[in-house]
Amino acid sequence: MEDQHKTITKAICYHCGEDLPKVKYQIEDKDFCCAGCLGVFKILSENNLCNYYAYNNNPGQQLKGESHLEYLDEPKIIAQLLDYKHENSSIITFYIPAIHCSSCIWLLEHLYKINPAIFSSRIDFLKKQVTISFNHDEISLRKLVETLDQIGYEPLISLQDVVKEHSNSIDKALVLKIAVAGFCMGNVMLFSFPEYFGLSGLEKQFQSMFGWLNLAFSIPAAFYCGKDYFTSALTSIKHKHINLDTPLALIIAVLFLRTVFEVVFSIGPGFADTLTGLVFLLLMGKWLKQRTYHHISFDRDYRSYFPIAVTTLQNGREKPVSINEINVGDRLWIRNSELVPADSILMKGDAWMDMSFVTGESEPMHKVLGEIIYAGGRQTGEAIELEVIKPVSQSYLTGLWNNEHYKNNSEKQNFNDSVAKYFSLSVFLIAFSATAYWLFQHDSHRAWSSFTAVIIVACPCVLALSTPFTLSAILSVFDKKGFYVKNTDAVEELAKCNTIIFDKTGTLTSSENAEIRFSGVLNKEESIIVASLMRNSVHPLSRHILKALNVDQFYSLTDYKEVVGKGLTAKIDNHHIYAGHLSMLPIGIQTDSETGVHIVIDRSYKGYFEIKQQWRLGLTQLVLKLQKFSLQVLSGDTDKDFWILKSIFSNSTKIRFRQSPHQKLSSVIELQHAGNRVMMLGDGLNDAGALKQSDFGIAITDNINNFTPGCDAILKGNSLNYLPNFIQLSKDGLKIIKISFAIAIAYNCIGIYYAVQGTLYPLVAAVLMPISTITIISFTTLATRWFARKNKLI
Amino acid sequence: MNILYFLVGCSVLMALVFLGAFVWAYKTGQNDDTHTPGIRMLFDDEIADEKSEEDHFSS
Repeated sequence: MEDQHKTITKAICYHCGEDLPKVKYQIEDKDFCCAGCLGVFKILSENNLCNYYAYNNNPGQQLKGESHLEYLDEPKIIAQLLDYKHENSSIITFYIPAIHCSSCIWLLEHLYKINPAIFSSRIDFLKKQVTISFNHDEISLRKLVETLDQIGYEPLISLQDVVKEHSNSIDKALVLKIAVAGFCMGNVMLFSFPEYFGLSGLEKQFQSMFGWLNLAFSIPAAFYCGKDYFTSALTSIKHKHINLDTPLALIIAVLFLRTVFEVVFSIGPGFADTLTGLVFLLLMGKWLKQRTYHHISFDRDYRSYFPIAVTTLQNGREKPVSINEINVGDRLWIRNSELVPADSILMKGDAWMDMSFVTGESEPMHKVLGEIIYAGGRQTGEAIELEVIKPVSQSYLTGLWNNEHYKNNSEKQNFNDSVAKYFSLSVFLIAFSATAYWLFQHDSHRAWSSFTAVIIVACPCVLALSTPFTLSAILSVFDKKGFYVKNTDAVEELAKCNTIIFDKTGTLTSSENAEIRFSGVLNKEESIIVASLMRNSVHPLSRHILKALNVDQFYSLTDYKEVVGKGLTAKIDNHHIYAGHLSMLPIGIQTDSETGVHIVIDRSYKGYFEIKQQWRLGLTQLVLKLQKFSLQVLSGDTDKDFWILKSIFSNSTKIRFRQSPHQKLSSVIELQHAGNRVMMLGDGLNDAGALKQSDFGIAITDNINNFTPGCDAILKGNSLNYLPNFIQLSKDGLKIIKISFAIAIAYNCIGIYYAVQGTLYPLVAAVLMPISTITIISFTTLATRWFARKNKLI
Repeated sequence: MNILYFLVGCSVLMALVFLGAFVWAYKTGQNDDTHTPGIRMLFDDEIADEKSEEDHFSS
């Protein structure tokens, strides 16, 4: 057993857990896959922080290469980022995507050991945030971020950080309301017990005191906890339509007034117990509905993809400037792997733009001087100079978000609201006819009590509870399978979709399992030569190739040169070796592929390495299961995969290529105008507009921490095959809600039978409501589990 | 039986104190992060530096 453990630990990097290459780095008796991992280990061991490796095996992450942090010296940008600043201490919160285990918590909370100018640091694990307080006289913000970088925890500083949103405040108020409602309910129940059990003569003197106490507790329950129902009901009446809150507000009001009336005139015990219980349960339902995943953000837009600053050239000198301050005419200086933040014209340099996020095109595009480069492109190559022609907020890409004609959320009507209308109408009808009957019989007391009793008993409380309970149970089933839906309303939308649109790159294919293929022949000697060259580069492609070659020795090389974004060249024992893009090679080559890493050794062409995007597994079965839906594929890429797609999808499937983000958006709108309910699956910024416009937008990702555009749900790539089951379960969910509605009606009929006779005793009302609630909650929970099992989701 | 008036008053007061305590705890953010403290408490204390160890042996 121990031996086995040893062999496992031997084969992987001590820091990051990657497979070790044949030639590895070693220190003490530990192996490392690259110089980066070794560097982190050295820093940690120097600072006596090796406990990091004690809590988990191989907790680290590979370093991603250098980043430019000059902008963190700008006082304006610093001021935007800091949470708090006072005399010599500052507090800042970073979002660090790399946080994933207890070792991360341990290390990041011991930052003060690396640099004493850091006072303290605290992690919020689920939000992947670290809050650091530090002495800004002794350590600059830039130095702080560099320290984090060095140990492999690079904070993600994006434009969205500047526009911090405080969405949690609504949630907080709700929890306080629930606390108050629960407090009132508990006390009222306590004081109502004597009434339930019947009072003896001796206890009669307490009756009025308990009554008044109950009344006192109903005041905060009705007017503080139930305030939202009144405001919502008033606005909906103003807009001349009835939502579910309208009858609820009416019931709260009637319960309260009748309690006041009975207590003040010492007629009876009142309905304080029903009132407080109702408000408490309603708020619980609301809380379930609002509960969402704090660790996943669904409302990200271009701002979380864009950096917060960019380097500009002012009078020939580089100066970092906050993105918000970029004006038309500014000169930008974009280095390798930096992002172009605004539409601009290429002024100087050789631009190889990776536009995959904007257009979905997987190959970098070559731009010539004077050509327009759209925002969102990433430079892969030498640094270039650009002139801004449009402000950030009006660029081609960001324009997608400012589009006016997005669906209006208020137009969406869920099952509850549409039923509420008829429900309220029929309750009123019954209540008024009962009152009219008793008035006709000249029994005004009974008329009044039957009116209020009908309204109390016919409470749509169950209706308000069954939906959140069912849908949140479904959400947690989805959650376990890697399908994170934004909220419960979205589940209803999912059930109604009849058209599904797929994006190709990143959605039907997976970037994770990219496979390296070599077209050509390399003998063993040449493999070693190529690997020796690749070893010196930190470019991800070089690392992939190095791993694929898997040789066990290296030659030393001279004259090593790396042309960023193009390739590598070096001399090994009189052999000249070139690897990279075609324009990098010393000889002109005729080849079938312009892309890929081409290899030339001593002026003879050897072939090229190519990354093949892999199709996700089980696509054919997935399409087969989705036969009932009308399917479409919209790809921003070229039509090179047309025949493969054709073989996966049926003939009726529309497949379109070279679709711009705007074309994708307008196809969705077109389908919606034709009366379809559209589900869109995409991954990048190029799908963002379509995702937002669609009735249900799913962002697919292989890594939950990666960037995903704004959407209704996030789906893990390997759970794509469960999509038909997810849709079926959401449909079953609506079925469950309808059945529970029928059960509630049955209970109501019993209640109304007594209510119309004006003989409803408060005790009956107080018992009937919890019983029906418990029935509904247990029914929805059990039924959801049953359906989830039937759909093979648990 | 009149003692009940006093007792009921006491119980309501107690309940109000607990409600107030919850509101205070919630507003000061004690429930914001319920996950990390559970992990944090499992970390061992630092190994005491060697000096104190030596002192211990010499005495």
